[in-house]
Amino acid sequence: LPAAVLLKDTKLMDVKLGQLGSWLAMRDFTPGGILGAFRRGHERYYNKYINVRKGGLGGLSMVLAGYIVLSYMWSYSHI
Amino acid sequence: VLHTTRPLHTTQQSLAPVPPLPEKGGEVRHGFIPEEFFQFLYPKTGVTGPYMLGTGLLLYLLSKEIYVVNHETAAAACILTVIVYAIKKFGPDVAAFADKLNEEKMASALAMKNDTIQTLQTAIEEEKKEQWRAEGHNYLFDAKRNNVAMLLEANYRERLLTVYNEVKKRLDYQVALQNLKRQKEQDHMIQWVEKNVVQSITPQQQKESIAKCILDLKALSKSAHATV
Repeated sequence: LPAAVLLKDTKLMDVKLGQLGSWLAMRDFTPGGILGAFRRGHERYYNKYINVRKGGLGGLSMVLAGYIVLSYMWSYSHI
Repeated sequence: VLHTTRPLHTTQQSLAPVPPLPEKGGEVRHGFIPEEFFQFLYPKTGVTGPYMLGTGLLLYLLSKEIYVVNHETAAAACILTVIVYAIKKFGPDVAAFADKLNEEKMASALAMKNDTIQTLQTAIEEEKKEQWRAEGHNYLFDAKRNNVAMLLEANYRERLLTVYNEVKKRLDYQVALQNLKRQKEQDHMIQWVEKNVVQSITPQQQKESIAKCILDLKALSKSAHATV
């Protein structure tokens, strides 16, 4: 039998729905942890869409689309 | 302070050589939706699933007025149309230009690398040649050693000759000295003997010897007469 992976180390897509709450509770919410999460996310996105030989438009336009959505959400009450 | 109990450089360096960049980035459909989303929904809803989801979401946002349609919507529509048209028309040219820039950078870097490698190769060749030359020094030293040995030998022989000559001269001198002494003694003795003999001949003896000589001569002449 392969050794069961600890809940702490599972990725988000492998977490079962019932374990979601406990999984969230186990995450690292210290400032260093949050910074590390930002850094990891940025590195993932950067290495996948921007740091390539023939980058396309999608890498930049996804960021812009996300920015548009976010700013719409923040300014919704003003409309 | 270096803690030498910790082993150093035990693993293969993982950063060299640097892995090359991937050729193309992640696929993006319609400019802002990653392909993974479509693949994620494919098993459950097939090909049209994400589009149905998008349409439903759009209608929901519009009907519930979560997305408000006002003057900004018109402006956004016009701007987006222009942007999409521009991208569709000039996209490939811009991409080619950017690729050309990249190619030039890569080519110059590669050329530098190759030049460095070439320089180092020539340096290696030169070094090998120098090493080969250094081997020739052995022969040079042998020749020099032979020269020096010959000089020493010649010098030694010269001195030997000088010594021989000097010794011969001294010995010759001694020999000449002895000869001279002997000769002088001989002459002196002969002279002394002659002088004494002449002195010892008294006049009486002289007369007697002359008379005897005459008698002898007469006798001889008688015998000579007889034989003839």
